[in-house]
Amino acid sequence: MSSPALLQSIHRLRAVATKEFRQLTRDRLTFGMVVGIPLLQILIFGYSINFDVRDISAGVVDHAKTSASRALVADLQATQVIRVTEYLGSPTELEERIDSGALSAGIYIPPDFERRRLDPARSAVQVLVDGSEPTIEGVVRGLNSMRSTLRVGLGAPMPSFIEVRTLYNPEKRTAVQIVPALIGVILTMTMVVFTAVAIVRERERGNLELLITTPVRSAELMIGKLAPYVVVGLIQTTLILLVGKWLFDVPIVGSLLDLYLASGVFIAASLMLGLLISTLVQTQFQAIQLSLFTLLPSILLSGFMFPFDGMPRAAQLIAQVIPLTHFVELLRGIVLRGAPLASMPVPLAKLGIFFAVALALAAMRFRKRLD
Amino acid sequence: MNGEPAITARGLTRQFGRLTAVDRIDLTIPRAQIYGFLGPNGSGKSTTIRMLCGLLRPTAGAAVVLGFDVAHEAERLREKLGYMTQRFSLWEDLTVLENLQFIADIYGLERSSRTQRIRAKLTEFRLLDRTAQRAGTLSGGQKQRLALAAATLHEPELLLLDEPTSAVDPQSRRDFWESLFHLVNQGTTILVSTHYMDEAERCHRLAILDEGRIVAEGPPKTLMADIDAAVVEIETIATEAARAALAQVAEIVSIAQLGTRLHALLARSVADPALTVRDALARAHVTAAVEHTTASLEDVFVAATGGGRDERRVDARLRSRA
Repeated sequence: MSSPALLQSIHRLRAVATKEFRQLTRDRLTFGMVVGIPLLQILIFGYSINFDVRDISAGVVDHAKTSASRALVADLQATQVIRVTEYLGSPTELEERIDSGALSAGIYIPPDFERRRLDPARSAVQVLVDGSEPTIEGVVRGLNSMRSTLRVGLGAPMPSFIEVRTLYNPEKRTAVQIVPALIGVILTMTMVVFTAVAIVRERERGNLELLITTPVRSAELMIGKLAPYVVVGLIQTTLILLVGKWLFDVPIVGSLLDLYLASGVFIAASLMLGLLISTLVQTQFQAIQLSLFTLLPSILLSGFMFPFDGMPRAAQLIAQVIPLTHFVELLRGIVLRGAPLASMPVPLAKLGIFFAVALALAAMRFRKRLD
Repeated sequence: MNGEPAITARGLTRQFGRLTAVDRIDLTIPRAQIYGFLGPNGSGKSTTIRMLCGLLRPTAGAAVVLGFDVAHEAERLREKLGYMTQRFSLWEDLTVLENLQFIADIYGLERSSRTQRIRAKLTEFRLLDRTAQRAGTLSGGQKQRLALAAATLHEPELLLLDEPTSAVDPQSRRDFWESLFHLVNQGTTILVSTHYMDEAERCHRLAILDEGRIVAEGPPKTLMADIDAAVVEIETIATEAARAALAQVAEIVSIAQLGTRLHALLARSVADPALTVRDALARAHVTAAVEHTTASLEDVFVAATGGGRDERRVDARLRSRA
């Protein structure tokens, strides 16, 4: 390409980007979503998602009524995992209370508790858990580890064989894990929907038909339309980091430059996904639907909410093609562990591959549309 | 300006699946004229225009527009082409000025002349007091003036207008046509599609399209003079009875209604068309004033698009014009 042609191309690209940016700032709803979605999400997720479960309401049926049984209940309470809210007369009553939802857990101490706790073959205490709440069930199951201690004798608990030390998030605060990954979730939510809708809207309103007859090229049009959203994405990233720091005290251990670089790559990948979606649908409504369809697996499978290691093999494979999976890995690495971006080439490369493949597919489809 | 035609097309065809939207069209459109496409919806007007501006590839045939082959040189053609779509296709959430600035940038107009040119267009199309208004809040006529201003901002040699006046009031339509004549006087070639007879009559040349084919072509006056039918005008209050009576007459190709008048088209071979009609009406006891008259463009259209077969469609069009 000769330089005047390149210069013209840049002029046209800038014209498209300027127009897109004007429309973006003008559409109050979109503009509100740029700032509003991240703020709302971080407040909701930051305050409400809490895997660090405490004070589960529990009922106790103590048929043994010995000093050891009373000590057991006191020990369980001391863990702060459960809070004994009522004492009941029979296991049946206990089950009824759990059924009705008044209690989340129940502890039944049988009359022969003293004999049972000396017999390694039998369990000494039965703990009933409301299994409809997966998190609570998991936490109460954790209490099980106390049993060996209990059996030997409450008077002289054995020291733990294994000491668990939580690195990078010593207080085990959920916000510290959630907030950095939230950058990825919010970017997925907004970038994909915004670009898909922005492009489909132009086609729906007939603007594209006019644009095709002008000298503007497809590549100029695509890059020009997407460029303002890169800026939007970086603004959102900054917003989440700032709120995360102020409200939830989330430390940023790693380099900010690395963080923005990783975000840039992820934004590019998300924009391409949005572009690809825009070439597959006819209306703005379909664009939103399809975007939402990609959002849910992103949230559930990326490791944002549920640990990646616990997923079945199939889910792990699906997660590999979700850009958020790799971005969450990068984010947690940079923000919490202070890892340099260069030390995580694999997730970075996977994001790059996603970008390239989506771009190639979108370019193929986009060109066809012009005919 | 050179003497070669602005557009030549040979055997231009476009199929959508099994539907043939445009069927082997030949066109020669001279420069600095207004050339009209007249035809009902679905006759292939829009598809032809879209092929001529490189928006759609022809399935078969070829077209040379301003010396460029539309199938292979569409990109280079675009600089010299202005296209106005049926729908308002500028950006409703941008202001009048922003829309024009964007179009100017896309066509790579020089910064220095850009402001001047936009101002001239705003003056020409009476939009100077609307510059800061969002395009979406303009009236139908204003939107259309803005669209024409945008389409002519880069001073194209050829302007393609696809049913430009379908959404505006009669006064705006008249103003619009004044602007078109002004452009033609400056040397622009204009191809306009329409389904309004009065607009079609204003074109220098006209092609009547029906089901993807050109069924009549020439200057409107010639078309009206050379019509292959005799036109008889019947004025009566009993239009229904008159139609029923005339439907029995074999020589009558078609009957169309214009208010209280009927136009009957008869084969050229009929010796005294008025007498034939008068006799038929007398037999059915219908009182009517009958006279042989000159053909209107309406009659040309009815005759060219197959007469009675299209009667209902023509009726609908007449009503929309009234």
